[in-house]
Amino acid sequence: MGRIKAKPEFCMGCHLCEVWCAVAHSKSKHIIKAFLYEQDKPLPRLVVEENLPLTFALQCRHCAEPDCVAACISGALWKDPESGLVIHDPEQCVGCYSCVLTCPYGSIFINPGKREIVKCDLCTGLDTMYCVSHCPNEALVYEDS
Amino acid sequence: MCNMDNYKYLIIGNSAGAVGCIEGLRSIDKSGTVALVAEEDSHVYSRALIPYYLSGRITREQMYYRPFDFYDRARVSVIKGHRAVKIDSAERVVELDNGGRLGYGRLLIATGGKPVFPPIPGFDQQQNVFGFHSLPDLQGIEKELIYAHNAVVLGGGVIGLMAAEALHKNGMKVHVLELSERLLAPVVDETVSRLVEDALQKAGVALYLNNTIAQVNGDDWVESVTLKDGQIIPCDLLIVGVGVAPRAELAEGTDIAFNRGIVVNKKMQTSVPGIYACGDCASTYNFVTGAGQNLPLWPNAYLGGRIAGFNMAGIERAFVQGTTMNAMHFFDVNIVNAGINVTGSNQDDSLGVIQEYEQNSRNYRKFVLSESGQLKGFILVGQIARAGIFLNLMRRQIDVRAFQQDLFKKDFGYADLPDALRWELLQDDVILGVV
Repeated sequence: MGRIKAKPEFCMGCHLCEVWCAVAHSKSKHIIKAFLYEQDKPLPRLVVEENLPLTFALQCRHCAEPDCVAACISGALWKDPESGLVIHDPEQCVGCYSCVLTCPYGSIFINPGKREIVKCDLCTGLDTMYCVSHCPNEALVYEDS
Repeated sequence: MCNMDNYKYLIIGNSAGAVGCIEGLRSIDKSGTVALVAEEDSHVYSRALIPYYLSGRITREQMYYRPFDFYDRARVSVIKGHRAVKIDSAERVVELDNGGRLGYGRLLIATGGKPVFPPIPGFDQQQNVFGFHSLPDLQGIEKELIYAHNAVVLGGGVIGLMAAEALHKNGMKVHVLELSERLLAPVVDETVSRLVEDALQKAGVALYLNNTIAQVNGDDWVESVTLKDGQIIPCDLLIVGVGVAPRAELAEGTDIAFNRGIVVNKKMQTSVPGIYACGDCASTYNFVTGAGQNLPLWPNAYLGGRIAGFNMAGIERAFVQGTTMNAMHFFDVNIVNAGINVTGSNQDDSLGVIQEYEQNSRNYRKFVLSESGQLKGFILVGQIARAGIFLNLMRRQIDVRAFQQDLFKKDFGYADLPDALRWELLQDDVILGVV
Protein backbone atom coordinates (compact mmCIF):
# COMPACT_ATOMS: atom_id res chain seq x y z
CA MET A 1 0.00 0.00 0.00
CA GLY A 2 1.03 3.60 -0.34
CA ARG A 3 1.81 6.06 2.38
CA ILE A 4 1.97 9.78 2.89
CA LYS A 5 5.49 11.15 3.08
CA ALA A 6 6.69 14.52 4.23
CA LYS A 7 9.26 16.70 2.50
CA PRO A 8 10.80 18.57 5.44
CA GLU A 9 12.70 20.96 3.19
CA PHE A 10 9.41 22.09 1.63
CA CYS A 11 7.43 22.34 4.85
CA MET A 12 6.87 25.93 5.98
CA GLY A 13 5.32 24.98 9.30
CA CYS A 14 1.97 26.57 8.48
CA HIS A 15 0.02 23.75 10.19
CA LEU A 16 -2.64 23.87 7.48
CA CYS A 17 -2.38 20.09 7.20
CA GLU A 18 -3.53 19.84 10.81
CA VAL A 19 -6.37 22.28 10.18
CA TRP A 20 -7.58 20.49 7.07
CA CYS A 21 -7.18 17.06 8.64
CA ALA A 22 -9.51 18.20 11.40
CA VAL A 23 -11.94 19.54 8.81
CA ALA A 24 -11.79 16.29 6.85
CA HIS A 25 -12.84 14.41 9.98
CA SER A 26 -15.52 16.87 11.05
CA LYS A 27 -19.22 16.38 10.50
CA SER A 28 -19.73 19.32 8.17
CA LYS A 29 -16.37 19.14 6.34
CA HIS A 30 -16.64 22.92 6.29
CA ILE A 31 -13.75 24.84 7.79
CA ILE A 32 -15.82 27.56 9.46
CA LYS A 33 -18.70 25.39 10.64
CA ALA A 34 -16.39 22.66 11.84
CA PHE A 35 -14.41 24.86 14.19
CA LEU A 36 -17.11 27.28 15.24
CA TYR A 37 -20.30 25.32 15.51
CA GLU A 38 -19.67 21.61 15.85
CA GLN A 39 -20.15 20.24 19.32
CA ASP A 40 -17.27 17.77 19.08
CA LYS A 41 -14.38 20.00 18.16
CA PRO A 42 -12.59 18.42 15.22
CA LEU A 43 -9.14 17.05 15.98
CA PRO A 44 -6.22 16.61 13.62
CA ARG A 45 -4.86 13.10 13.16
CA LEU A 46 -1.37 14.20 12.31
CA VAL A 47 1.14 16.48 13.94
CA VAL A 48 3.57 19.03 12.61
CA GLU A 49 6.86 18.20 14.24
CA GLU A 50 8.57 21.47 15.01
CA ASN A 51 12.04 22.49 16.10
CA LEU A 52 12.52 25.68 14.16
CA PRO A 53 13.58 26.09 11.47
CA LEU A 54 12.82 22.38 11.05
CA THR A 55 9.18 21.44 10.50
CA PHE A 56 7.51 18.45 8.94
CA ALA A 57 4.21 16.61 9.27
CA LEU A 58 3.96 13.06 10.56
CA GLN A 59 0.95 10.76 10.61
CA CYS A 60 0.18 7.04 10.99
CA ARG A 61 2.50 4.98 8.79
CA HIS A 62 -0.03 2.13 8.49
CA CYS A 63 2.81 -0.20 9.50
CA ALA A 64 3.15 -3.67 8.04
CA GLU A 65 3.35 -5.11 11.55
CA PRO A 66 1.52 -2.47 13.58
CA ASP A 67 2.40 -2.33 17.28
CA CYS A 68 -0.85 -0.52 18.03
CA VAL A 69 -2.89 -3.43 16.69
CA ALA A 70 -0.88 -5.92 18.75
CA ALA A 71 -1.40 -3.83 21.88
CA CYS A 72 -5.12 -3.11 21.41
CA ILE A 73 -7.03 -4.86 24.19
CA SER A 74 -10.44 -4.44 22.61
CA GLY A 75 -10.01 -5.37 18.97
CA ALA A 76 -10.74 -1.76 18.02
CA LEU A 77 -7.60 -1.52 15.90
CA TRP A 78 -6.85 -3.84 13.05
CA LYS A 79 -4.85 -4.04 9.86
CA ASP A 80 -7.11 -4.44 6.86
CA PRO A 81 -5.46 -7.08 4.67
CA GLU A 82 -6.92 -5.70 1.46
CA SER A 83 -6.33 -1.96 1.79
CA GLY A 84 -3.33 -2.21 4.11
CA LEU A 85 -4.90 0.46 6.32
CA VAL A 86 -4.63 0.34 10.08
CA ILE A 87 -8.25 0.98 10.97
CA HIS A 88 -9.71 2.24 14.24
CA ASP A 89 -13.28 1.52 15.28
CA PRO A 90 -14.28 4.17 17.83
CA GLU A 91 -17.34 2.14 18.87
CA GLN A 92 -15.17 -0.74 20.01
CA CYS A 93 -12.44 1.44 21.60
CA VAL A 94 -12.38 1.82 25.39
CA GLY A 95 -9.63 4.43 25.54
CA CYS A 96 -7.06 2.33 27.39
CA TYR A 97 -4.25 4.11 25.50
CA SER A 98 -2.16 0.96 25.00
CA CYS A 99 -1.78 2.09 21.38
CA VAL A 100 -0.48 5.47 22.53
CA LEU A 101 2.16 3.64 24.54
CA THR A 102 3.26 1.44 21.65
CA CYS A 103 2.99 3.51 18.45
CA PRO A 104 6.63 4.18 17.53
CA TYR A 105 5.69 7.32 15.62
CA GLY A 106 3.50 8.88 18.27
CA SER A 107 0.77 9.00 15.66
CA ILE A 108 -2.18 7.89 17.76
CA PHE A 109 -3.77 10.99 19.22
CA ILE A 110 -5.75 11.33 22.41
CA ASN A 111 -9.08 13.11 22.42
CA PRO A 112 -8.73 14.47 25.93
CA GLY A 113 -12.41 15.21 26.40
CA LYS A 114 -13.64 11.74 25.65
CA ARG A 115 -11.15 9.01 26.61
CA GLU A 116 -10.78 7.94 23.03
CA ILE A 117 -8.17 8.10 20.34
CA VAL A 118 -8.10 9.33 16.77
CA LYS A 119 -5.75 8.35 14.01
CA CYS A 120 -5.13 8.82 10.29
CA ASP A 121 -7.43 6.84 8.00
CA LEU A 122 -5.88 8.18 4.78
CA CYS A 123 -9.17 10.07 4.33
CA THR A 124 -11.09 6.89 3.55
CA GLY A 125 -14.37 7.75 1.87
CA LEU A 126 -13.29 11.28 0.96
CA ASP A 127 -12.33 12.45 -2.48
CA THR A 128 -8.80 13.53 -1.57
CA MET A 129 -6.29 13.16 1.23
CA TYR A 130 -6.84 16.54 2.81
CA CYS A 131 -3.37 17.03 4.30
CA VAL A 132 -1.78 16.28 0.95
CA SER A 133 -4.16 18.23 -1.25
CA HIS A 134 -4.28 21.30 1.00
CA CYS A 135 -0.56 21.67 1.60
CA PRO A 136 0.28 25.00 -0.03
CA ASN A 137 3.86 24.02 -0.80
CA GLU A 138 3.49 20.36 -1.71
CA ALA A 139 5.41 19.26 1.36
CA LEU A 140 3.23 16.19 1.70
CA VAL A 141 2.92 13.60 -1.04
CA TYR A 142 1.17 10.29 -1.30
CA GLU A 143 3.47 7.61 -2.68
CA ASP A 144 2.11 4.36 -4.00
CA SER A 145 4.42 1.52 -3.15
CA MET B 1 -5.13 -45.37 18.21
CA CYS B 2 -8.55 -44.95 16.73
CA ASN B 3 -10.17 -42.12 14.77
CA MET B 4 -7.95 -39.36 16.07
CA ASP B 5 -8.10 -35.97 14.41
CA ASN B 6 -4.78 -34.65 13.22
CA TYR B 7 -3.99 -30.99 12.73
CA LYS B 8 -0.97 -29.28 11.31
CA TYR B 9 -1.33 -26.64 14.02
CA LEU B 10 -2.96 -27.07 17.39
CA ILE B 11 -3.52 -24.19 19.82
CA ILE B 12 -4.48 -24.64 23.45
CA GLY B 13 -6.09 -21.51 24.81
CA ASN B 14 -8.49 -18.90 23.48
CA SER B 15 -7.27 -15.41 24.23
CA ALA B 16 -4.75 -12.87 22.95
CA GLY B 17 -1.94 -15.39 22.33
CA ALA B 18 -4.19 -17.77 20.41
CA VAL B 19 -5.54 -14.99 18.21
CA GLY B 20 -2.05 -13.63 17.60
CA CYS B 21 -0.88 -17.10 16.58
CA ILE B 22 -3.79 -17.63 14.18
CA GLU B 23 -3.33 -14.22 12.57
CA GLY B 24 0.41 -14.77 12.28
CA LEU B 25 0.35 -18.25 10.83
CA ARG B 26 -2.59 -17.58 8.51
CA SER B 27 -0.70 -14.68 6.95
CA ILE B 28 1.84 -17.31 5.85
CA ASP B 29 0.03 -20.65 5.60
CA LYS B 30 -3.48 -20.27 4.21
CA SER B 31 -4.35 -23.94 4.01
CA GLY B 32 -2.71 -25.92 6.84
CA THR B 33 -5.27 -27.34 9.26
CA VAL B 34 -5.65 -25.45 12.55
CA ALA B 35 -7.54 -26.48 15.67
CA LEU B 36 -8.01 -24.62 18.93
CA VAL B 37 -9.00 -26.03 22.31
CA ALA B 38 -10.91 -23.60 24.52
CA GLU B 39 -11.81 -24.36 28.10
CA GLU B 40 -14.53 -21.72 28.27
CA ASP B 41 -17.63 -21.97 26.10
CA SER B 42 -17.55 -18.35 25.06
CA HIS B 43 -16.36 -16.82 21.81
CA VAL B 44 -12.94 -15.20 22.21
CA TYR B 45 -13.22 -12.20 24.52
CA SER B 46 -10.80 -9.76 26.07
CA ARG B 47 -10.18 -10.25 29.78
CA ALA B 48 -8.71 -6.77 29.86
CA LEU B 49 -12.18 -5.39 29.13
CA ILE B 50 -13.79 -6.79 32.28
CA PRO B 51 -13.45 -3.49 34.19
CA TYR B 52 -14.76 -1.50 31.21
CA TYR B 53 -17.85 -3.67 30.99
CA LEU B 54 -18.43 -3.60 34.72
CA SER B 55 -18.21 0.19 34.82
CA GLY B 56 -20.73 0.50 32.00
CA ARG B 57 -18.40 1.75 29.29
CA ILE B 58 -19.15 -1.14 26.91
CA THR B 59 -21.81 -3.77 26.33
CA ARG B 60 -21.38 -7.50 26.77
CA GLU B 61 -21.07 -7.89 22.97
CA GLN B 62 -18.24 -5.39 22.84
CA MET B 63 -16.13 -7.65 25.05
CA TYR B 64 -15.52 -9.95 22.11
CA TYR B 65 -11.99 -9.48 20.88
CA ARG B 66 -12.68 -10.51 17.31
CA PRO B 67 -15.85 -10.73 15.19
CA PHE B 68 -18.00 -13.84 15.54
CA ASP B 69 -16.91 -15.17 12.16
CA PHE B 70 -13.22 -14.85 13.04
CA TYR B 71 -12.54 -18.56 13.41
CA ASP B 72 -14.58 -19.51 10.36
CA ARG B 73 -12.81 -17.01 8.20
CA ALA B 74 -9.46 -18.22 9.50
CA ARG B 75 -10.62 -21.85 8.97
CA VAL B 76 -9.93 -22.86 12.56
CA SER B 77 -11.71 -25.84 14.11
CA VAL B 78 -12.69 -24.70 17.59
CA ILE B 79 -13.20 -27.29 20.31
CA LYS B 80 -15.01 -25.40 23.06
CA GLY B 81 -15.78 -26.36 26.62
CA HIS B 82 -12.92 -28.79 26.93
CA ARG B 83 -9.60 -28.74 28.64
CA ALA B 84 -6.38 -30.24 27.37
CA VAL B 85 -5.08 -32.46 30.14
CA LYS B 86 -1.98 -34.15 28.74
CA ILE B 87 0.66 -33.75 26.08
CA ASP B 88 2.38 -36.77 24.63
CA SER B 89 5.26 -35.06 22.90
CA ALA B 90 6.74 -38.30 21.51
CA GLU B 91 3.52 -39.21 19.71
CA ARG B 92 2.60 -35.54 19.17
CA VAL B 93 -0.82 -36.01 20.69
CA VAL B 94 -2.84 -33.86 23.08
CA GLU B 95 -5.41 -35.53 25.29
CA LEU B 96 -8.62 -33.76 26.31
CA ASP B 97 -10.67 -34.03 29.50
CA ASN B 98 -13.31 -36.07 27.67
CA GLY B 99 -10.75 -38.61 26.51
CA GLY B 100 -10.54 -37.10 23.02
CA ARG B 101 -7.15 -37.12 21.35
CA LEU B 102 -5.79 -34.56 18.93
CA GLY B 103 -2.68 -35.07 16.88
CA TYR B 104 -0.52 -32.08 16.03
CA GLY B 105 2.40 -31.08 13.88
CA ARG B 106 3.09 -27.88 15.82
CA LEU B 107 1.55 -27.10 19.17
CA LEU B 108 1.08 -23.73 20.91
CA ILE B 109 0.45 -23.62 24.63
CA ALA B 110 -1.41 -20.37 25.29
CA THR B 111 -3.19 -21.36 28.47
CA GLY B 112 -2.75 -18.00 30.17
CA GLY B 113 -2.73 -17.48 33.89
CA LYS B 114 -4.93 -18.14 36.86
CA PRO B 115 -5.73 -15.73 39.65
CA VAL B 116 -3.84 -16.44 42.84
CA PHE B 117 -6.01 -17.06 45.90
CA PRO B 118 -3.78 -16.70 48.94
CA PRO B 119 -4.39 -19.09 51.83
CA ILE B 120 -6.45 -17.12 54.36
CA PRO B 121 -8.22 -18.53 57.42
CA GLY B 122 -11.95 -18.72 56.78
CA PHE B 123 -11.65 -18.89 52.98
CA ASP B 124 -13.98 -21.71 52.09
CA GLN B 125 -15.51 -21.43 48.63
CA GLN B 126 -17.91 -18.73 49.77
CA GLN B 127 -20.28 -17.66 47.04
CA ASN B 128 -19.48 -13.96 47.01
CA VAL B 129 -15.72 -14.32 46.44
CA PHE B 130 -14.39 -13.83 42.93
CA GLY B 131 -11.26 -13.31 40.92
CA PHE B 132 -11.30 -10.51 38.36
CA HIS B 133 -10.17 -12.59 35.46
CA SER B 134 -12.89 -14.41 33.52
CA LEU B 135 -16.44 -14.20 32.26
CA PRO B 136 -17.62 -16.56 35.01
CA ASP B 137 -16.01 -14.17 37.53
CA LEU B 138 -17.79 -11.28 35.86
CA GLN B 139 -21.16 -13.04 35.82
CA GLY B 140 -20.79 -13.88 39.49
CA ILE B 141 -19.87 -10.31 40.37
CA GLU B 142 -22.80 -8.93 38.40
CA LYS B 143 -25.25 -11.06 40.35
CA GLU B 144 -23.89 -9.82 43.66
CA LEU B 145 -23.90 -6.17 42.53
CA ILE B 146 -27.65 -6.03 42.97
CA TYR B 147 -27.43 -6.60 46.72
CA ALA B 148 -23.93 -5.60 47.66
CA HIS B 149 -23.01 -2.34 49.36
CA ASN B 150 -19.54 -3.02 50.64
CA ALA B 151 -16.92 -4.45 48.34
CA VAL B 152 -13.51 -5.52 49.57
CA VAL B 153 -10.73 -5.75 47.01
CA LEU B 154 -7.74 -7.78 48.10
CA GLY B 155 -4.71 -6.45 46.23
CA GLY B 156 -3.69 -2.89 45.32
CA GLY B 157 -2.06 -3.71 42.01
CA VAL B 158 -3.31 -2.96 38.51
CA ILE B 159 -6.09 -5.57 38.56
CA GLY B 160 -7.25 -4.75 42.07
CA LEU B 161 -7.39 -1.02 41.37
CA MET B 162 -9.27 -1.43 38.10
CA ALA B 163 -11.75 -3.62 39.97
CA ALA B 164 -12.01 -1.02 42.72
CA GLU B 165 -12.79 1.79 40.30
CA ALA B 166 -15.39 -0.26 38.41
CA LEU B 167 -17.14 -1.27 41.64
CA HIS B 168 -17.01 2.31 42.88
CA LYS B 169 -18.75 3.41 39.68
CA ASN B 170 -21.47 0.91 40.53
CA GLY B 171 -22.17 2.88 43.66
CA MET B 172 -20.46 0.57 46.11
CA LYS B 173 -18.36 1.46 49.09
CA VAL B 174 -15.02 -0.01 48.07
CA HIS B 175 -12.22 -1.04 50.43
CA VAL B 176 -8.81 -1.82 48.92
CA LEU B 177 -6.36 -3.88 50.95
CA GLU B 178 -2.69 -3.79 50.04
CA LEU B 179 -0.04 -5.76 51.86
CA SER B 180 2.78 -3.40 50.91
CA GLU B 181 3.11 0.18 52.10
CA ARG B 182 1.92 1.65 48.80
CA LEU B 183 -0.33 0.88 45.85
CA LEU B 184 1.03 -0.49 42.56
CA ALA B 185 4.29 -1.16 44.38
CA PRO B 186 6.19 -3.27 41.87
CA VAL B 187 4.83 -1.44 38.81
CA VAL B 188 5.51 2.24 39.54
CA ASP B 189 7.61 4.30 41.91
CA GLU B 190 6.54 5.98 45.12
CA THR B 191 5.69 9.33 43.52
CA VAL B 192 3.20 7.65 41.22
CA SER B 193 1.82 5.46 43.99
CA ARG B 194 0.99 8.57 45.98
CA LEU B 195 -0.72 10.21 42.99
CA VAL B 196 -2.87 7.13 42.50
CA GLU B 197 -3.65 6.89 46.21
CA ASP B 198 -4.77 10.53 46.12
CA ALA B 199 -7.05 9.93 43.17
CA LEU B 200 -8.70 6.91 44.77
CA GLN B 201 -9.15 8.58 48.12
CA LYS B 202 -10.58 11.70 46.53
CA ALA B 203 -13.14 9.52 44.80
CA GLY B 204 -14.06 7.92 48.12
CA VAL B 205 -12.30 4.57 47.90
CA ALA B 206 -11.00 3.44 51.28
CA LEU B 207 -7.38 2.30 51.28
CA TYR B 208 -5.77 0.01 53.82
CA LEU B 209 -2.02 -0.13 53.28
CA ASN B 210 0.35 -2.47 55.12
CA ASN B 211 -2.71 -4.54 55.64
CA THR B 212 -4.43 -7.68 54.52
CA ILE B 213 -7.16 -10.11 55.52
CA ALA B 214 -6.39 -12.10 58.64
CA GLN B 215 -9.74 -13.86 58.77
CA VAL B 216 -12.71 -14.19 56.47
CA ASN B 217 -16.00 -14.27 58.39
CA GLY B 218 -19.13 -16.04 57.14
CA ASP B 219 -20.03 -19.54 56.06
CA ASP B 220 -21.75 -19.67 52.69
CA TRP B 221 -21.30 -15.99 52.10
CA VAL B 222 -18.52 -13.76 53.32
CA GLU B 223 -20.12 -11.26 55.69
CA SER B 224 -17.08 -9.37 56.88
CA VAL B 225 -13.31 -9.56 56.91
CA THR B 226 -11.02 -9.10 59.87
CA LEU B 227 -7.83 -7.31 58.91
CA LYS B 228 -4.30 -7.95 60.09
CA ASP B 229 -4.51 -4.86 62.31
CA GLY B 230 -7.77 -6.03 63.90
CA GLN B 231 -10.24 -3.80 62.04
CA ILE B 232 -13.39 -5.50 60.85
CA ILE B 233 -14.88 -4.38 57.51
CA PRO B 234 -18.35 -5.40 56.35
CA CYS B 235 -18.10 -7.26 53.08
CA ASP B 236 -20.84 -8.20 50.62
CA LEU B 237 -18.47 -8.89 47.77
CA LEU B 238 -14.84 -9.94 47.95
CA ILE B 239 -12.62 -9.56 44.91
CA VAL B 240 -9.25 -11.28 44.98
CA GLY B 241 -6.84 -9.44 42.72
CA VAL B 242 -3.41 -10.18 44.16
CA GLY B 243 -1.95 -11.52 40.95
CA VAL B 244 -1.95 -14.12 38.26
CA ALA B 245 0.20 -17.23 38.12
CA PRO B 246 1.16 -19.05 34.91
CA ARG B 247 -1.14 -21.94 34.04
CA ALA B 248 1.37 -24.54 33.07
CA GLU B 249 -0.08 -27.81 34.37
CA LEU B 250 0.23 -29.20 30.86
CA ALA B 251 3.98 -28.93 31.01
CA GLU B 252 4.15 -31.02 34.16
CA GLY B 253 5.36 -34.54 33.54
CA THR B 254 6.84 -33.54 30.18
CA ASP B 255 10.31 -32.40 29.16
CA ILE B 256 9.06 -28.85 28.74
CA ALA B 257 11.30 -26.63 30.85
CA PHE B 258 9.55 -24.43 33.41
CA ASN B 259 10.92 -21.49 35.35
CA ARG B 260 8.19 -19.15 36.56
CA GLY B 261 6.50 -19.86 33.25
CA ILE B 262 7.05 -22.21 30.35
CA VAL B 263 10.52 -21.33 29.12
CA VAL B 264 10.68 -20.27 25.47
CA ASN B 265 13.42 -18.87 23.26
CA LYS B 266 13.01 -15.80 21.06
CA LYS B 267 11.24 -17.95 18.48
CA MET B 268 8.73 -18.90 21.20
CA GLN B 269 9.88 -22.53 21.11
CA THR B 270 9.84 -24.53 24.31
CA SER B 271 12.54 -27.03 25.13
CA VAL B 272 10.51 -29.72 23.34
CA PRO B 273 10.58 -29.76 19.53
CA GLY B 274 7.32 -28.74 17.87
CA ILE B 275 5.90 -27.15 21.01
CA TYR B 276 5.62 -23.38 21.42
CA ALA B 277 4.25 -21.21 24.21
CA CYS B 278 3.32 -17.55 24.67
CA GLY B 279 1.51 -15.16 26.95
CA ASP B 280 0.80 -15.41 30.66
CA CYS B 281 1.75 -19.10 30.88
CA ALA B 282 5.21 -18.51 29.43
CA SER B 283 8.55 -17.07 30.41
CA THR B 284 9.58 -14.95 27.43
CA TYR B 285 12.41 -12.71 26.34
CA ASN B 286 12.42 -9.24 27.91
CA PHE B 287 14.32 -6.99 25.48
CA VAL B 288 15.20 -4.50 28.19
CA THR B 289 16.86 -6.91 30.59
CA GLY B 290 17.83 -9.55 28.06
CA ALA B 291 16.51 -12.21 30.42
CA GLY B 292 13.60 -14.60 30.23
CA GLN B 293 10.68 -13.48 32.35
CA ASN B 294 6.95 -13.96 32.82
CA LEU B 295 5.47 -10.84 31.17
CA PRO B 296 1.72 -11.30 31.66
CA LEU B 297 0.46 -8.37 29.64
CA TRP B 298 -1.91 -8.22 26.69
CA PRO B 299 0.46 -6.82 24.01
CA ASN B 300 3.14 -9.37 24.93
CA ALA B 301 0.65 -12.23 24.70
CA TYR B 302 -0.69 -11.18 21.31
CA LEU B 303 2.73 -10.45 19.86
CA GLY B 304 4.30 -13.57 21.34
CA GLY B 305 1.49 -15.61 19.82
CA ARG B 306 1.92 -13.88 16.49
CA ILE B 307 5.67 -14.54 16.45
CA ALA B 308 5.01 -18.15 17.45
CA GLY B 309 2.55 -18.39 14.54
CA PHE B 310 5.14 -17.19 12.04
CA ASN B 311 7.72 -19.65 13.31
CA MET B 312 5.22 -22.51 13.43
CA ALA B 313 4.45 -21.77 9.77
CA GLY B 314 8.15 -21.89 8.94
CA ILE B 315 9.01 -18.18 8.79
CA GLU B 316 11.72 -17.28 11.27
CA ARG B 317 10.82 -14.30 13.43
CA ALA B 318 12.12 -13.27 16.83
CA PHE B 319 10.09 -11.90 19.74
CA VAL B 320 12.18 -8.89 20.65
CA GLN B 321 9.46 -6.34 21.39
CA GLY B 322 8.31 -7.60 24.77
CA THR B 323 8.97 -6.02 28.14
CA THR B 324 6.92 -4.91 31.09
CA MET B 325 4.56 -2.22 29.81
CA ASN B 326 1.31 -0.80 31.08
CA ALA B 327 -1.15 1.81 29.94
CA MET B 328 -3.25 2.46 33.01
CA HIS B 329 -5.81 4.92 34.22
CA PHE B 330 -7.36 5.26 37.63
CA PHE B 331 -10.14 7.83 37.77
CA ASP B 332 -8.61 10.89 36.09
CA VAL B 333 -4.96 9.82 36.36
CA ASN B 334 -3.37 8.47 33.18
CA ILE B 335 -0.17 6.48 33.55
CA VAL B 336 2.06 4.66 31.11
CA ASN B 337 5.22 2.81 31.95
CA ALA B 338 7.60 0.43 30.26
CA GLY B 339 10.84 -1.37 31.02
CA ILE B 340 12.73 -1.24 34.26
CA ASN B 341 11.09 0.52 37.15
CA VAL B 342 13.74 1.84 39.50
CA THR B 343 12.55 2.15 43.05
CA GLY B 344 14.46 2.51 46.27
CA SER B 345 14.43 -1.21 46.84
CA ASN B 346 15.84 -2.37 43.53
CA GLN B 347 18.31 0.41 42.85
CA ASP B 348 20.95 -0.77 40.40
CA ASP B 349 24.08 1.40 40.48
CA SER B 350 24.68 1.12 36.77
CA LEU B 351 21.34 2.80 36.06
CA GLY B 352 20.77 6.53 36.23
CA VAL B 353 17.45 8.23 36.79
CA ILE B 354 16.22 11.58 35.52
CA GLN B 355 12.80 12.83 36.54
CA GLU B 356 10.56 15.86 36.73
CA TYR B 357 7.37 16.39 38.65
CA GLU B 358 5.13 19.43 38.22
CA GLN B 359 3.11 19.84 41.35
CA ASN B 360 0.33 21.93 39.83
CA SER B 361 -0.40 19.97 36.71
CA ARG B 362 0.47 16.65 38.36
CA ASN B 363 2.54 15.77 35.35
CA TYR B 364 5.37 13.40 36.09
CA ARG B 365 8.09 11.92 33.93
CA LYS B 366 10.87 9.62 34.89
CA PHE B 367 13.44 7.97 32.68
CA VAL B 368 15.88 5.24 33.58
CA LEU B 369 19.14 5.36 31.64
CA SER B 370 21.94 2.85 31.33
CA GLU B 371 25.57 3.87 31.71
CA SER B 372 25.79 4.23 27.94
CA GLY B 373 22.72 6.47 27.85
CA GLN B 374 20.17 3.98 26.59
CA LEU B 375 16.61 4.21 27.85
CA LYS B 376 15.87 1.22 30.06
CA GLY B 377 12.56 2.34 31.46
CA PHE B 378 10.15 5.21 31.77
CA ILE B 379 7.02 6.29 33.58
CA LEU B 380 4.75 9.09 32.43
CA VAL B 381 1.83 10.40 34.45
CA GLY B 382 -0.66 12.94 33.17
CA GLN B 383 0.77 14.03 29.86
CA ILE B 384 1.21 10.70 28.05
CA ALA B 385 0.80 11.83 24.43
CA ARG B 386 3.24 10.21 21.99
CA ALA B 387 4.66 7.91 24.67
CA GLY B 388 5.38 5.32 22.00
CA ILE B 389 8.30 7.39 20.77
CA PHE B 390 10.04 6.68 24.08
CA LEU B 391 9.30 2.98 23.71
CA ASN B 392 10.75 3.10 20.21
CA LEU B 393 13.95 4.80 21.46
CA MET B 394 14.14 2.08 24.10
CA ARG B 395 13.65 -0.75 21.61
CA ARG B 396 16.27 0.66 19.30
CA GLN B 397 18.71 1.15 22.17
CA ILE B 398 19.34 4.78 21.26
CA ASP B 399 21.80 6.79 23.33
CA VAL B 400 19.58 9.68 24.47
CA ARG B 401 22.14 11.69 26.42
CA ALA B 402 22.56 14.34 23.70
CA PHE B 403 18.89 15.34 24.07
CA GLN B 404 17.91 13.95 27.44
CA GLN B 405 16.55 17.26 28.74
CA ASP B 406 14.15 17.39 25.79
CA LEU B 407 12.53 14.14 26.95
CA PHE B 408 10.63 16.26 29.44
CA LYS B 409 9.09 18.51 26.79
CA LYS B 410 5.35 17.93 26.68
CA ASP B 411 5.41 17.86 22.91
CA PHE B 412 8.62 15.84 22.63
CA GLY B 413 8.88 14.33 19.19
CA TYR B 414 11.16 13.39 16.35
CA ALA B 415 11.96 17.06 15.75
CA ASP B 416 13.86 17.05 19.05
CA LEU B 417 16.27 14.32 17.96
CA PRO B 418 19.66 15.11 16.41
CA ASP B 419 19.37 15.34 12.61
CA ALA B 420 21.25 12.17 11.75
CA LEU B 421 19.34 10.04 14.22
CA ARG B 422 15.96 11.51 13.27
CA TRP B 423 16.38 10.91 9.56
CA GLU B 424 17.73 7.44 10.19
CA LEU B 425 14.65 6.52 12.22
CA LEU B 426 12.32 8.12 9.66
CA GLN B 427 14.17 7.09 6.51
CA ASP B 428 11.10 5.44 4.99
CA ASP B 429 8.76 8.20 6.08
CA VAL B 430 10.19 11.42 4.70
CA ILE B 431 11.72 12.56 1.43
CA LEU B 432 14.95 14.51 1.82
CA GLY B 433 17.46 16.01 -0.53
CA VAL B 434 15.02 17.43 -3.03
CA VAL B 435 16.08 21.04 -2.64
